Amino acid sequence: MVAKKTPLYDEHVKLGGKIVDYAGWFLPVQYEGLIPEHEAVRNAAGIFDVSHMGEVIVKGKDALAFLQYLLTNDISKLVEDQVMYTIMCYPDGGAVDDLLVYKFGEEEYLLVINAANTDKDIKWMIDNKKDFNIIIENISDQVGLMAVQGPNAEKILQKLTDFDLSTIGNYHFKRNVNFAGKECLISRTGYTGEDGFEVCTKAEDTVEVWNKILEAGEEFGLKPAGLGARDTLRFEASMPLYGNEISEEITPLEAGLKFFVKLDKAEDFIGKEALTKQWNEGLKRKVVGFELLGRGIPRDGYEVQKDGKKIGHVTTGYMSPTLKKSIGNALIDTEYAQLGNEIDVMIRNKPVKAKIIDRRFLKNR
Amino acid sequence: MKVLKDLYYTKDHEWLKVEGDEAYIGLTDFAQDSLGDIVYVELPEVDDEFSKEDAFAAVESVKAASDVFMPVDGKIVEVNEALLDEPGLINEDPYENWIAKIEIADKSQLDELLSADEYEKLLDEEV
Repeated sequence: MVAKKTPLYDEHVKLGGKIVDYAGWFLPVQYEGLIPEHEAVRNAAGIFDVSHMGEVIVKGKDALAFLQYLLTNDISKLVEDQVMYTIMCYPDGGAVDDLLVYKFGEEEYLLVINAANTDKDIKWMIDNKKDFNIIIENISDQVGLMAVQGPNAEKILQKLTDFDLSTIGNYHFKRNVNFAGKECLISRTGYTGEDGFEVCTKAEDTVEVWNKILEAGEEFGLKPAGLGARDTLRFEASMPLYGNEISEEITPLEAGLKFFVKLDKAEDFIGKEALTKQWNEGLKRKVVGFELLGRGIPRDGYEVQKDGKKIGHVTTGYMSPTLKKSIGNALIDTEYAQLGNEIDVMIRNKPVKAKIIDRRFLKNR
Repeated sequence: MKVLKDLYYTKDHEWLKVEGDEAYIGLTDFAQDSLGDIVYVELPEVDDEFSKEDAFAAVESVKAASDVFMPVDGKIVEVNEALLDEPGLINEDPYENWIAKIEIADKSQLDELLSADEYEKLLDEEV
C-alpha cells in the first residue's frame, strides 16, 4: 500500500523537504536540517505539518459517559474550550494510544489521536461502543493541522487574525476563529515544550493558511520543521511518544503518567482494575531519565545493563541539540531506578556508563 | 554528488585512497549528505585488525547511527582524532577528512572494489 499525502505534500517538496514514509504518510523528516529546525523552535519559531494525526468527533447523549469509560483521565473535569491529555487503555492496562480530548459541548468532543494508531483507535472505540448513545465520526480527511511552536509563535499568528490570541490559555482552544481569512480551530497546545499553537483548518484551506503563516513568520525567524526535530524537541521536553515510552506493553503508570490516570474516578474505565492492582503492588519497572557519562549516543532499543545483567532498554535517546549532551529515557527494573544510580547502556556491544537523572531535562534551562 | 577520480569505492559508500601498502578510508559525499549533520564519530584503536566488510567505526547523525565498513582486510595504523571533537568535519569535506589509515593485508582485494566510474553509476541507479 502506498503512503498517503497530507494536503501540504507539494509545499514540503517545494521547500526542499526530505520526504519519508512515516506511519503510512509521506512527510518531511527535515528541510534545512534537524539541528537548525530544532534550534529555531527553541529560539524563534517552527511550523510543523501534523495533518497526518487522526481527528475523531464523539457526539451524543452519552458522549461523556462513553469517554469516561474509554479513557483514564477524568473527562468530567473538562470545561468547554478546554483540552485534556489522556491515555486509552486495554483491560490489562497497556495503552491503546495517548491522545488529546477537546470539549466542544456537553454532548460533543474532539479527539486528536496518533497517526500510527488512527485505524486501530477507531476500531477500538467502535468495538467498545456497547449501548452508549453516541456517534463516532472520523473527520481526519476533512481537516488539516499545523503546529506553530516557539517563543515567537503567538506574535506570528497574531498578525493573521483580529482575535486576541493571548486570551487562549494553555490547553484551551477557540473554534471558528477567522484566521488568515479562513475559519480555524486554534488551540494553545503542542509537542515541543515551547509556547505555541496548533491550527486546525478545513483540508482545502490548509495550503493557503500554511503559506500565510510562513510569510507572516519570516521576520520572526519562523522555519518549517520536520519529523526529526519534532522528536528531539518532544523528547527534551519530557513528553512521551507512543511506541517508545508508552505502548501496548508499557502501561501509563510505568511511563510515569500516573497524573493522567485517575484511579479514584467514580466511573469504571477500561484498564482501571489492572492499573489499580499494578499501582497497589508497586511498579516492577519504570521509565527513567539518564545521562551518559562516557562517550556515545544512546538510541531507542539499546539494552541497559547492570553488572552484566539486562535490566531494561532505552526508549528514546539522543545527543540533545539544546543541552548538547547525550541523554535518554529507559524502561528499567524499579530496583535500579533511583536518581543518581549508575547503569550501563550497551552501545555496539560495549557498556557505556550512565547516571539516572530527573526526566525534566529542560528544567534548568 | 562529488566523486573523486583516483579513489576506490564500496557499495556502502566508503572511499579508499591507496598509498603504497597503506590506505586512507573515509565516507563519500553521498554518504555524508544522506546522514545529515554528523554529531558523533567512534574510531577504532590503532593496531586493531579487521576483515573486509567488518564494521570498524561508527558515524552518527542526530537521527541515526551508521556503521563504517572495511573495504579490504587490514590493520589500523592511524585514526583521525580531530573527528572526536569535530565530527562535522566529515560533512564539511568528506574526502579531506578521512576516518582511519590502514595497512592493507591483501592488495588483491583492491580489484573487488569499485572504480570512480562504477561508483558514479551506482549513485545514478540509487537516485
